[in-house]
Amino acid sequence: MVDEPVIVIGAGPAGTRAAQRLVQAGLRPVVIDENDRQGGQIYRRQPANFHRPPEKLYGTEAAKATALHSDFEMLRPHIDYRPGTTVWGVSEAGLMTVHASTVDVVPFSRVIIASGATDRIMPVPGWTTPGTYSLGAAQIALKAQACAIGGRPVFMGTGPLLYLVAWQYLQAGVAPAAVLDTSSLATRLRGLRGMASRARVVANGVRYMADLVRAGVKLHAGIMPRGIESSDGGVSAVTWRDAKGVLRHVSCDAVGMGYGLRSETQLADLLKCEFIFDPCFQQWRPHVDRDGRTTRPDIYLAGDGVLLRGADAAEAAGQLAACAVLRDTGYAVDAQEILPLHGTLATMNRFGRGLAQAFPWPAHLAAGLPDETVVCRCENITAGEIRRAAGELDAPEMNRAKALTRPGMGRCQGRMCGLAAAEVLAAARDVPVREVGRLRTAAPIKPLPLNCTVKS
Amino acid sequence: MTAYPTQRMQADVIIVGGGFMGAATAFFLRQRGLSVILLERDLVGQAASGVNFGNVRRQSRFLGQLPLANRSRDIWVRLPELIGEDVEFVMSGHILLTTHEKDGARLEKYAVDCKPYGLDLTIMTGDQARARFPMVGPDIRTVSYSPLDGHANPRLAAPAFGRAARRAGARVIENTTVSAITKSAEDFIVETTTGQSYQAPLLQISSGAWGRAMAASFDEDIPFSTNGPQMGVTEPMPYRIEPVIGSSSSVPEEGVYLRQVKRGNIVFGGGLRTVANLETRRAPIDPFNTLRQMPHLATLVPEMARLRVIRTWSGVEGYVGDHLPIMGPSGKVPGLFYAFGFCGHGFQLGPGVGATMAELIATGSTDIPLEAFDIRRFG
Repeated sequence: MVDEPVIVIGAGPAGTRAAQRLVQAGLRPVVIDENDRQGGQIYRRQPANFHRPPEKLYGTEAAKATALHSDFEMLRPHIDYRPGTTVWGVSEAGLMTVHASTVDVVPFSRVIIASGATDRIMPVPGWTTPGTYSLGAAQIALKAQACAIGGRPVFMGTGPLLYLVAWQYLQAGVAPAAVLDTSSLATRLRGLRGMASRARVVANGVRYMADLVRAGVKLHAGIMPRGIESSDGGVSAVTWRDAKGVLRHVSCDAVGMGYGLRSETQLADLLKCEFIFDPCFQQWRPHVDRDGRTTRPDIYLAGDGVLLRGADAAEAAGQLAACAVLRDTGYAVDAQEILPLHGTLATMNRFGRGLAQAFPWPAHLAAGLPDETVVCRCENITAGEIRRAAGELDAPEMNRAKALTRPGMGRCQGRMCGLAAAEVLAAARDVPVREVGRLRTAAPIKPLPLNCTVKS
Repeated sequence: MTAYPTQRMQADVIIVGGGFMGAATAFFLRQRGLSVILLERDLVGQAASGVNFGNVRRQSRFLGQLPLANRSRDIWVRLPELIGEDVEFVMSGHILLTTHEKDGARLEKYAVDCKPYGLDLTIMTGDQARARFPMVGPDIRTVSYSPLDGHANPRLAAPAFGRAARRAGARVIENTTVSAITKSAEDFIVETTTGQSYQAPLLQISSGAWGRAMAASFDEDIPFSTNGPQMGVTEPMPYRIEPVIGSSSSVPEEGVYLRQVKRGNIVFGGGLRTVANLETRRAPIDPFNTLRQMPHLATLVPEMARLRVIRTWSGVEGYVGDHLPIMGPSGKVPGLFYAFGFCGHGFQLGPGVGATMAELIATGSTDIPLEAFDIRRFG
């Protein structure tokens, strides 16, 4: 059995179910959560003094959200919960965390990383204009701040979150000016076969769209974004080409933007787990077995942080990863528990890949970005600079391009721009995106206060 | 069809190792008209040359190294006309700060001793320094100011020399691992893991921390260790720290240094190093070293305390036992030259090493004194 604690990083659906399963086995895991309250992103909780009903916040998923929240509350006495805490590095002594400006070292026997995902961003001219948010940020504003990003927002990008967020805004009394999706209807139909494995979820999506249409919100498919326009320092309009190639324009005061999700994999990289390229999602991700074991015997992964399958899959994957930890450390786990979880995840895999087919990452847009478009917003690096790295400076891969022209070198360490920058580099060198590799992770994963104190 | 052996590629000089030293030597050899093949295992300037602090500093160097450092400084100033890029070189000045009295005395003595070598330093009290450089902290006692030193971007410098060498006609071959170096009666034969071989009467080994093993294969062993510097960078703040700032403490942990780049970020390093791995070609950052650096950085520049660190890194650096590089001809093999093991202070020297090695290789001699760096000192 184990001396040092098992650590769960993240308290969304995957982290919560992982912690719950460990507690069931009699362990007392450390749960490290970057957020101030448990719930993760999709089931993000309101601050204690906010009161909007779960149905308005989480729609059809309200029951799941409240179950996850109340289950976690019951776990609280049995876990070492550390909210508002970021794992920023790794040392021989354990995980390096920071809470406010206090650094702590957390030794571990095993770690389950359930760090979730963030929006995947494809830059567009004007996207750094104040008033432009990621879809996730637009959701956080609503759930955790009880405010909207604007009075007439445009939601642009692709993927189910596009419609969910637009619908959530509608529920909050803010009618979107338009929903612009780069995926065409024909493409979506092609992905439907994989998605059919979860008819209820598809039906929910269709319902969100129908509600939006009924409320007079225009949904446009197969669009090509042209730019976000500004006046008086804020967003004023979005321009795009419609499916027929006609240039269109819609006035708005904010934009929520996202092209599917990207797994948050920096911790797995820092812990030296091996990565593979996933052609379906067009992303590098840590290699895991079906229980969530990485190539490193003490590190496990669960949830969207390793494979984009959504919240339901995350709950199953979290429980599975905990079962794997238990088995690998000498606890008995009944095969009857594992089998249905594998079954669930197989369905989710088909669904997740169907979704990726239906709402594909529009990689082709990178090649057409004007040179002056900012790609890396931390360092203000344009597509043209990355192309200079690709050409004149002869950078064959992302880390070299970063060294020579700085994309991904700023505060976010490439979390926002990394995948798009790789597409720009690959397009400029005319090679498949996997050949330009991925940005290596360096500590601190998130900015670390210089005046921090180390807890003794 | 009969398979014929691949034709051997020939040149006047083969350089093994495309760091700053190798790339600069290749460039200057082309300026002297010699044909050059530069072999680099990864990409030019990726190892120690690309991960260091970027100090273009002469003060506090071993006095016998100042002629080389002076030559280098003259080239730094001329980079745009020479290689077409400035690699963000700024002649910002360099200040060394002390908090302990005995360290101050050491600075004062060095300022006198370096004068004959053409290095003019100004010694200031803490108050004088704070009047001239307002960002300097209240605990600083004695300051040594070197106005003509500065800093540059190490990620750009060696690759820029590599490209300039290529434009000048050098064959710069990247992603090529040398598997064997042998010497026939006349020529060196360098073989690579891809089965290619290269031939030249003259050979320079400038493969950094990996140079020691190559020298040992010619029966020239030296005391040597590999280390990883502990570097980091903060988020940007308005540009107001002009000079490079270093602590001149005799306590290793306190020996930190920093520079602000024009875009606002503060690059820092120093303190304790970690051990580097020659096999994996990686050197880990020890996060505790970063944490230990922080209070000392804030002692030098208190304003830094309100910033956040956004990135740390390290790399593989080679350190010779007496902390001086290996530079000059082999003591055993005619036609063989060394330029490696620059002990964490090679960046400023890069251009000067290139010019001096090219001169030495092309003409057989140089006026720059290199005896102190001769590999035979350990023989």
